[in-house]
Amino acid sequence: MTQAIANLLKLLATEPYRLLLFLVCMLAFVGLNAAYLVWVERKGAGRFQRRPGPTEVGPAGLLQPVADAVKLMSKQLIVPAGADTTLFRVAPLLMMSPALMSLAVIPWGQGLAARNINVGLLMIFAFGSINVMAIMLGGWSSRNKYAIISAARVVSQNVAYEIPMLLVVITMIMVTGTMNLSEIVQQQAGGFWHWNLFRVWLNPLMPVTFLIFFICMLAETNRAPFDMTEAESELVAGAYTEYAGMGFGVFFMAEYANILLGCALGTALFLGGWQSPFGVLSGVIWFLLKMYFLVFSVVWIRWTFPRTQFYGLLNLSWKILIPVSLFTLVLSSAMMKLFHA
Amino acid sequence: MIVKEPISTPGAPNETFVINIGPQHPATHGVLRVKMTMDGEYIVRAEPVCGYIHRMQEKMGENRTYAQFLPNTSRIDYLSAMTYTHGFVGAVERAAKLQVPPRAEYIRVITSELNRISSHLVWWGAFLLDLGGFTPLLYAFDDREKILDLLEGITGSRLTYSYYRIGGLYNDVDDDFIKGTRAFVAQMRPRLRMYRSLVTENIIFRKRLIGIGPISKEMCRKYGATGPVIRGSGVPYDVRRVEPYSVYPEFDFIIPTFEEGDSMARYLVRMEEIAQCLRIIEQALDKLPSGPVMAEKVPRVLKLPAGDYCYAVEAARGRFAVRIVSDNKEIPYRVKLRTPSLSNLSLFEEASQGMLLPDALALMGSLDLVIPDIDR
Amino acid sequence: MKNSLKELVTGFNSLVIGMKITLGQFFKPTVTVHYPHESLKMPKRFRGHIELVRDPTTGKAVCFACKLCERACPSDCIIVEGAKLDGAKKRSVTQYMLDFTKCSLCGSCVEACRDGAIRFSREFNLASTNKEDYIMDLFKRLQDEAKANPEPQAKAAAASPAPPNAVPKAESAQPVSPPQSKN
Repeated sequence: MTQAIANLLKLLATEPYRLLLFLVCMLAFVGLNAAYLVWVERKGAGRFQRRPGPTEVGPAGLLQPVADAVKLMSKQLIVPAGADTTLFRVAPLLMMSPALMSLAVIPWGQGLAARNINVGLLMIFAFGSINVMAIMLGGWSSRNKYAIISAARVVSQNVAYEIPMLLVVITMIMVTGTMNLSEIVQQQAGGFWHWNLFRVWLNPLMPVTFLIFFICMLAETNRAPFDMTEAESELVAGAYTEYAGMGFGVFFMAEYANILLGCALGTALFLGGWQSPFGVLSGVIWFLLKMYFLVFSVVWIRWTFPRTQFYGLLNLSWKILIPVSLFTLVLSSAMMKLFHA
Repeated sequence: MIVKEPISTPGAPNETFVINIGPQHPATHGVLRVKMTMDGEYIVRAEPVCGYIHRMQEKMGENRTYAQFLPNTSRIDYLSAMTYTHGFVGAVERAAKLQVPPRAEYIRVITSELNRISSHLVWWGAFLLDLGGFTPLLYAFDDREKILDLLEGITGSRLTYSYYRIGGLYNDVDDDFIKGTRAFVAQMRPRLRMYRSLVTENIIFRKRLIGIGPISKEMCRKYGATGPVIRGSGVPYDVRRVEPYSVYPEFDFIIPTFEEGDSMARYLVRMEEIAQCLRIIEQALDKLPSGPVMAEKVPRVLKLPAGDYCYAVEAARGRFAVRIVSDNKEIPYRVKLRTPSLSNLSLFEEASQGMLLPDALALMGSLDLVIPDIDR
Repeated sequence: MKNSLKELVTGFNSLVIGMKITLGQFFKPTVTVHYPHESLKMPKRFRGHIELVRDPTTGKAVCFACKLCERACPSDCIIVEGAKLDGAKKRSVTQYMLDFTKCSLCGSCVEACRDGAIRFSREFNLASTNKEDYIMDLFKRLQDEAKANPEPQAKAAAASPAPPNAVPKAESAQPVSPPQSKN
């Protein structure tokens, strides 16, 4: 019996099965997170506002996401008349899939990456641009005046913030010398002073770089204070108007999956991934702790600040973030050439 | 970013479309409909359509005795209910030449100023909700809860008080109210400092408001805008100084006025006013005389002598005036309510031309409109 | 250039301060009351719907149907009828209907009554799916209560608010707790 189990485990460790197992676990992880990040957000919002948040459904409101999911699934999936049916149905899925696929290269722990690709970072950003297209398609295929306007705004917002994000990541690639995320995490072994966040001899503006990365991540995932699409529903209905029931639910889950991806990337790139801050006892738990700390910061920022104005958002990107990130890039390359050639 | 002419490419047809900021707002303005003719993102014309909550208050004034009309006054602008009751009661007392005892006057001032603070707190929370910051609403309501608890302890109600009576007050305040008010004033000042650092100095918020929606002095005068709207445009017009009533001349307070005339100026006027209200309340508590709270010999059936009587108060939104025309019966011939929100709204059409839609809505929020006040 | 740099620094600083404030509020206790698991006590002068007062000596209603309240009401919600019972010197009330769907809790009736025959109750939990529940027969309620507690309640008399214009004592049955400084 034990021999059979041992054989089974050895089989599962071989290539196609291992990948499949990883992907199934990742799907489960993302699904669970997308549902329970809603709970974290609502409880967090409540606590920031000195009130308890959901408490009735389940102990401490833990079954609230289940209630929300049941409610969303019980609604009829309406496709508006005259809308482009295929694109309308495909848009939420298109938004969810890049996040799921990109999570395959994130190193969750020692040797715990689904696929240790040498161009992992490149893959993440290649897939990341599909997001923009998904919202654009969703808004456009709804055949709704307001959805189209909102979708156009999202496109300009995302394009504007992809540039500083990429510049920052290029700086990190220069500093670390590799695009392989597992290797980047390996380089940060030791105590927390080895983390990329503190590597100021190669890039003196490293904390600023991290900040720019964080801001761009907020803007890419359309989170407050950059959430024109969703909360613009005060004035004009957003890009998601025509989506009922689970279509909207998938958009929502996709947003949280993207936040998860962004925070995971930030952890791996800047905060040392699964390395422990004390140099010993590294493991998955540190990765999860750091990632959830970043997620908490995202929730914290949402409930503290009002929304920026649309032109303020674009001004921030084009006039402040891009020059600063370009400057950082040039500075790091100069530092590397002069002092560490 | 304000452009007076809508941007158009040469040769392109000038297409405008009409959207409706419908009678139901997600934000807490009330039932106001604004028909906006838009050119892309810019407003060409914003036409407010009011009347969705017309409740015929003035007509009810013609069918009820003076004492029976009193509950109506609380409901015209439910957020500053005490000051509106003060306006009506003051008009009747002025007409009937009733002498209100000083203790009643002081308590009226204290409760009116508490009401003003609570109204400004609601405005602050709702305005920030419009702009996307959800948390300060809850903080404001936490403070407001304390005011409401204080007022509930003496009047029994939390929103529509019906506390003043013709000739004085319904009943006297007790020691718990005085102690509670002093404690409230003591804890409100640090809260105001917290609001300043959380919101007023926040860069995102400042970018949303500075320079947005400038309203000049001439525009205010043209439309008769009063209250924080005109004080944010540089004119120190406050009914408590210009047409002094009750015991306000005995208090030492400044009228906050800012020159710029943009939304930030109006915001700052209201925040400063909260601080000044706290000063007035403290002085009134220190000087509170003892004595009765109801005038002697208020006739049970009140008949005002024939004539035209007017009384104006400074409500939270501006100048509220009551004009009573009496023909010597116990039911007035005409009760005219001059409400500030209608005048403040009427300048929205001219002020919002050429603005971007979200900026126009920030402007509307900074005007602090309460729609039942517009429609009565 | 220098201005915009300065604005950048002060702006960023303001954001950090804002975040610090909300984080401080995160760790403070909640200020809400978890209704319906917890509830609040209404203050002494709370305005619930009106109720008839029983005379502590006779155990009967103080009201003798003078109809002052009916005339004072701006919304026409009160219907009072009275009759002189055999052997009684004064009239006594036989019917007292309150249409609570129209009542605005203004207090004119309580103020108009010269004998303190009606007072505010402290009922706030009045939700119902039935409109008839709000056409209240206050006389019948008084009779039901008299049957349940035959002896006149001195407690009820002490709890009623002092009639208007009387000199008040510091009523501290339900003190308004001074707000603690929650910063």
